[in-house]
Amino acid sequence: MQPFSFAVARSRAEAIALAAEPGTALVAGGTEIVNWMKDGIAAARRLVHLRDIPDLTAIEAGADGVRIGALARLADVADHPAVRQEFPAVAEALMASASAQIRTMATVGGNLLQRTRCPYFRAEAELPCNKRRPGSGCAMREGVDRQAAIFGASAHCVATHPSDLAVALAALDAVVHVEGPQGARAIPIGDFHRLPGHTPEVETALAPGELVTAVVVPASALARRSRYLKVRERASYEFALVSAAAAADLEGGTIRAARIALGGVAPKPWRLPAVEAALAGLRVDDAAALRRAIDTGFADARPGRNNGFRIELAARAALRALQAAGGGQ
Amino acid sequence: METTLELTKAAADAPVPVVLDVNGRIHRLTLDSRVTLLDALRDHLGLTGTKKGCDRGECGACTVHIDGRAALSCLQFAVMAEGRAITTIEGLAGDAELHPVQEAFLAHDAFQCGFCTSGQIMSATTAIREGRAGSDAEIREVMSGNLCRCGAYPQIVAAVRAAAQGRD
Repeated sequence: MQPFSFAVARSRAEAIALAAEPGTALVAGGTEIVNWMKDGIAAARRLVHLRDIPDLTAIEAGADGVRIGALARLADVADHPAVRQEFPAVAEALMASASAQIRTMATVGGNLLQRTRCPYFRAEAELPCNKRRPGSGCAMREGVDRQAAIFGASAHCVATHPSDLAVALAALDAVVHVEGPQGARAIPIGDFHRLPGHTPEVETALAPGELVTAVVVPASALARRSRYLKVRERASYEFALVSAAAAADLEGGTIRAARIALGGVAPKPWRLPAVEAALAGLRVDDAAALRRAIDTGFADARPGRNNGFRIELAARAALRALQAAGGGQ
Repeated sequence: METTLELTKAAADAPVPVVLDVNGRIHRLTLDSRVTLLDALRDHLGLTGTKKGCDRGECGACTVHIDGRAALSCLQFAVMAEGRAITTIEGLAGDAELHPVQEAFLAHDAFQCGFCTSGQIMSATTAIREGRAGSDAEIREVMSGNLCRCGAYPQIVAAVRAAAQGRD
């Protein structure tokens, strides 16, 4: 590991000033970057610790929604009464994330900025990976592609984004607030993570020197009836094979509006807008009709050699999450 | 500007002074900034009860309490833990008697080789204190970040359940 100097940012202004210094990396909970530094995935000359900065840590709930500071811990967000009441998919996604220890350390901003769990990217002995070393190739495309994306991949990268939280936020139209030397701006969660294209190493819309300051989730009837379903190979402490966040606004038993986002299947949370449109007007207890509407979202799915089963798994997860949001189990 | 001063104070490869509050005692150390809290506890303070398993935040053997919450000491540089109250397995019990969770692990035979046990007990104590050990399912979920290669999971669940209910 490259040696680094260490500094603590004690205010929002100090954090933004320090983040802009060349060679600087930021650390909050430490659950990602410490491993990257150990494994040679990231190096920094200066490490700046974002610690206990009050206006970056607060969770503020109001009638319009909830503003979650970027330094809020996953466990604290999951336990927050307003989050549980008004945004159940967010609370469920967080409680399905990582382990109890990691949830008390990891922050919301860090969760959005976590990197793919692709084993070729994370390999202790470096393997071809265009995220890790641009131009080196993509080992997963030639190797075991069971975890590869089925949506949104490119010839240069087939990695998926592992965040559960981001999937719930995508279904609920959350907005990511960022700030840097040029000032503050708001990025819809759907635009925050980028598709790989020719530059898989560029993973988010953050400009150099910008940091995430907060995530705002708007309140709505849909959000109040949202659910998150995670399918994985262990009951706990495992990343998703597929996941689905769903929300439904019903009138009688008929869907007035619905939201669906899939996780574990793409380089970013994968919203299904055409499916959402097709679901409007359907009876929520008509499983066959719901499934037909959901299937239209998979017309552009592109499986590799070993991951085709995740198309069916994702469709079933979406259906179950939607049924749960619609008042079933 | 204050921030510039703080940065220039520490050249990248110079050891840094680190003050750690561990088990109620203040320790003044001089460490390479790359030293993890786990290595500081084991190699610099001699507190070897905290175990180094994967060193990647995957196994839970290094679990300690930071400000009263279960946390992984391998995923923190020691400098990041300044100003925090750190408790290790050595600081859990009183002078003369074991912590009730330690008693429960003994009574229920909740370990075989013992390598994961410190971490298991550190996770169990916070889970019980936070009210997250109300059922076997809840115990399995809240303890899922602590792996046991010997497979003592049924006995671990039994020990945590007993301790949560206030009996041995």
